Amino acid sequence: MEHKEYKSINKSVRKKDSMQLLLGKPVYMDDITPSDALVVKLLRSPYANAIVQEINTAIAKKVPGIVDIYTWEDVASTRFTIAGQTYPEPSPYDRLIIDRHVRFVGDVVAIIAADTEKTAYKAMNLINVKYEVLEPVLDFRTAKDNPILVHPEEDWFPPCEVGGTNKRNLVASDINSHGDVDAVMSSCDILIDRTFHTKAFNQAMMETFRTYTCLDRYGRLHVVSSTQIVFHCRRILSRALGIPKSRIRVEKPRIGGGFGAKQTAVCEVYPAFVTLKTGRAAKLIYTREESQIAGSPRHEMEIRVRLGADKDGRIRALDLYTLSNSGAYGEHGPTTVGLSGHKSIPLYTGGLEAHRFSYDVVYTNTMAAGAYRGYGATQGIFALESVVNELAEKLGMDPTVLREQNMVREGMHMPAYYNETARACALDRCMEHCRKIFHWEEKYPVRDMGNGKVRTAGVAMAMQGSGISNVDVGSATVKLGEDGNYNLLIGAADMGTGCDTILAQMVAECMECSVDDVAVFGADTDASPYDSGSYASSTTYITGKAVEKACADLKKKICSIAAKMLKCQVEEVVFEGTRVRRIDTGQTVSLTDIAYKSQAFSMQSAEATATHSSPVSPPPYMVGMVEIELDKFTGKVTILDYMAVVDCGIPINPALARVQTEGGIVQGIGHTLFENVQFDRKGCPIESSFLQYKVPTRLDMGRLKVEFEHSYEPTGPFGAKSIGEIVINTPAPAIAHAIYRATGVWHRELPITPEQIALSHGEK
Amino acid sequence: MIEIKIKLNGKNVVDYIEADLLLIDFLRKRGCYSVKRGCETASCGLCTVLMDGKPVLSCSVLAARADGHEVQTLEGLQEEAKAFVGFIADQGADQCGFCNPGFVMNTIALLRENPDPTDDEIRAYLAGNLCRCTGYEGQLRGIRNYLDSCKRQNES
Repeated sequence: MEHKEYKSINKSVRKKDSMQLLLGKPVYMDDITPSDALVVKLLRSPYANAIVQEINTAIAKKVPGIVDIYTWEDVASTRFTIAGQTYPEPSPYDRLIIDRHVRFVGDVVAIIAADTEKTAYKAMNLINVKYEVLEPVLDFRTAKDNPILVHPEEDWFPPCEVGGTNKRNLVASDINSHGDVDAVMSSCDILIDRTFHTKAFNQAMMETFRTYTCLDRYGRLHVVSSTQIVFHCRRILSRALGIPKSRIRVEKPRIGGGFGAKQTAVCEVYPAFVTLKTGRAAKLIYTREESQIAGSPRHEMEIRVRLGADKDGRIRALDLYTLSNSGAYGEHGPTTVGLSGHKSIPLYTGGLEAHRFSYDVVYTNTMAAGAYRGYGATQGIFALESVVNELAEKLGMDPTVLREQNMVREGMHMPAYYNETARACALDRCMEHCRKIFHWEEKYPVRDMGNGKVRTAGVAMAMQGSGISNVDVGSATVKLGEDGNYNLLIGAADMGTGCDTILAQMVAECMECSVDDVAVFGADTDASPYDSGSYASSTTYITGKAVEKACADLKKKICSIAAKMLKCQVEEVVFEGTRVRRIDTGQTVSLTDIAYKSQAFSMQSAEATATHSSPVSPPPYMVGMVEIELDKFTGKVTILDYMAVVDCGIPINPALARVQTEGGIVQGIGHTLFENVQFDRKGCPIESSFLQYKVPTRLDMGRLKVEFEHSYEPTGPFGAKSIGEIVINTPAPAIAHAIYRATGVWHRELPITPEQIALSHGEK
Repeated sequence: MIEIKIKLNGKNVVDYIEADLLLIDFLRKRGCYSVKRGCETASCGLCTVLMDGKPVLSCSVLAARADGHEVQTLEGLQEEAKAFVGFIADQGADQCGFCNPGFVMNTIALLRENPDPTDDEIRAYLAGNLCRCTGYEGQLRGIRNYLDSCKRQNES
C-alpha cells in the first residue's frame, strides 16, 4: 500500500454544489426550463398483453388547448433500445416509440401534447381505444419456451450475440465454468442446494424521470434531461427519431437522484418526438405513479446456489444458476444477470476448486427492468452469502471465521472474476475491523429480551467492480484560466454522488492548486469530451484517471509556453503550482502570465483533453454486520445497529464515500424489509405509490456506522477504486441471517415482511 | 377564478386562481422553485412550506386555503437556513439535493419549536421527509454538529 501525503485527495471537502442544493436554488430540469412548454402526457395500456385494434383520437383532439395526439400510426417502424450502454449495445432492439402491440400494464398507447396538464388529462379520457386482449406471460418461471411470445415480431434485433431469441422469450442465455464442478461437488462432505427470489425493486429517486426538449438557435433538437448518460441518450434519440446525431444536443442539469434508473432513456423520446413534430418546446415529467409502474427497476431474479464444502469449512465448489426477469423489454437484461455470478462467486476465491455460472434472461408481460445500483450483484450476493451463512450455522462455526478461511485475499488470481488478480484487497482487514467496532462476539449470540423480543446479529460480505473493463471510456478536458485557475469539463454525470467535486479534487492535487480554483462543467454532448456516462461504478476509477492524464498533459503544455517566455528549453523549467521556474536562473513566470501569453499570438493551447479506459475492473470489498431486535409475536424486525467497513482503495473524499455507504445500506434495508413489487392476476402493478411502496424513513434504519480500510489500487487514480454500488449489497443477506438466528427460519425471498416472519414460525 | 391574498415570503401578493389549484403549483408559478413535488400521495415531505409558521405539505393544501395567511418557502428563509445548512454540507449529506428544501424547511420548524432537540426528537420530527440518497445519518450528524456549535458559542 502506498502512503502519500496529499493536499486535496483523501480530504472531506464540501460538494461544489452543496450550498445551492441546501438553499433550494433552481438547478433541476423543471426549475430552469420555460414553464410555457407544451405539456406531454402518455396514455398507458390497462392490459398486460394486447393489440391496439382501433384508436380514435378525433374527439380528444377537439379539446381546446390540445396541440396534437400521436398513436402507433404516427411513429417510425425502426426498433431501438433505450438502455444506456456502449454501442453496439448488449440489449436487444425491441422497442418502437409507440407499438401497436402493448406488452405491460403501463406501456405507451398515445402521446398527448397540450397547453396545460389539465387539458392533457381531459383529452386522455376522451381517447377511444379498442384492444384485442391477449393472455399475458406474468410468471417469469414459465416464460422460457412459453407458446405466448412477448416479442413475436420479425424485426426484433440483437446488436450483440448474447444467446437470446425472441421466439423463445429469451433475452439472453449463457454458461461458463472453471474446473470440474460436478466432480468436486461429489467429493465434498456437505452439499447445500437452495433457491432464492428477489423482486423488481424501484430506485425511487426523489426526482422522477423528466425531460425538456426544444429546437435551439440552429434548429437542432436540444434536450435537457435528468439523465446519467448524455452521450448514449443522443445516440438512442438519433436512432429512434431517425435524425442525425449532429442535429441533437443533450445536456443534464443537476439530477435529483439516479441510482441507475436514469441509465436508461426512459422518457426522453416522447417530448423529443413532440418537439420534432410541432417545432415547439415540450416537457414531460413523470408522476410518481408512472415512475413506479413504467420506470426501469431492478431485475427480478430467481437464483439457485449449490455449494460444496468440507466438514472443516473449506468451500470447494459453487454452482449458480440465475433466472432473470427482464420484463416486457430487454434493457440491461443480458448484462445485469452476469453480475449475479461474476460478482458473488469470486468472494470465495480462497479455496475454490471449481465453479459454474449459468443463466437465462426472459421476457414477461411486466414492467421492463433496467439498471439499479448493484446491477445483479445485489441479487447474487443475497443468495450466495445466505448459503454461506447457512453452511456456518450447519457446521456450528462462527460465520466470520468461516469467511476468513475462504475469502479472496490480496494477490490472489480470481478465475471467477474474468481471470483478474486482486491487486488491492483489504477484505480480510474489513472483516477484522468490522468485528471489532460491532462487538461481534457480544452481539452474535441470540439474546432473549424477556418481552417476546430477541436480539441477535448477522453478517455478509460484498464486492462489485470499478467500471466495465475493456468497454467504459472516460474523458476530461482541463483548461488554464487567466487567474491561474482551471476549468474541468467532463461528460460524466454528477447525480448527487459528488463526482464533480472529487474530480476537481484530483485536478487540485495534480495542478497543486486549491479545489476552489477548479470550476467544473458537465455534462453536455456539445461541450463535454466523450464519456460513457456515470454508471457501473466507473466515474472515480475511469474518468478520474482521465483527469489525472489530462492534468499531466496540461502541465507539459504550460511548461512549454513558459519555457518560451523564459527563453530556454522545456527541460530547464519546473512547474511550481502558481508559477513556472527556470531552474538555472531562478527566473519565474506566473500562471496568469502564461495564460495571457496563450491568448496572444500563440500556437500552443493552454488546455488538454485525455481519455481513459481500463482492461481491468478492480473490485471494492465490504463487510456489513447488523444487529436486530425481532418481535416473535408480530414478526416485526427493528434494525438496532448496522456497521460496515469498506475497502474502496483510497477514498478520494471520505465524507462523500461515507454518505454513499450509509445511503446504500438504507436502500438495502428497504428492499430487505419493506419495499415490494407485486402484480395482480392480470398483471396490474400493486405498489404504484409511496403509500404502498415503502421507502425507509429515518425511523427505520437504526444507527449506522461506516469505516474504511485502505488498499492501494495501482491502476486507479491516487489508488482509488469504486464506492457507488457495492454499498447496497450486504443488508439483505446480513438481515436474513439475523432473522434466521432469531427464528430458526431462513427466508429466501425478498422482502422479508413481518407477516412472512410471523407466519413462518414452526417451519423450522 | 378566485381572488386570493397571501403574504408570501414577506410580500403581500394578490392573485386570481382556479379553485382546484394546489399551493405547490401556485408557489412554483410565483417562482418559488425550491418547492418540489416527489409524489402525489402526501408521502415524501419534499413540498414542505410554512403556513403561519407551521409546516404543511403544499401538495395537500389548496392555494385558496392559503388566502389570508402567511406562506414562507425556503426562498424567504435563506438566512435562517444558512445558519445550519453548512454543517450538513460538511457531512456531504446534501447529495442529490432534491429533498433538501423540504427537509430544511421542516428543520427550521423543528428548531423554532424545540431549539435543543435530542437525536430521537430530530428523527421523529423529520420522519415525514424522505431522502433516498443519504440514509439520513449524515443529515442528523450535520444538525447535531450545528446544535453542539451553538452550545459552545453560548458557553463561551
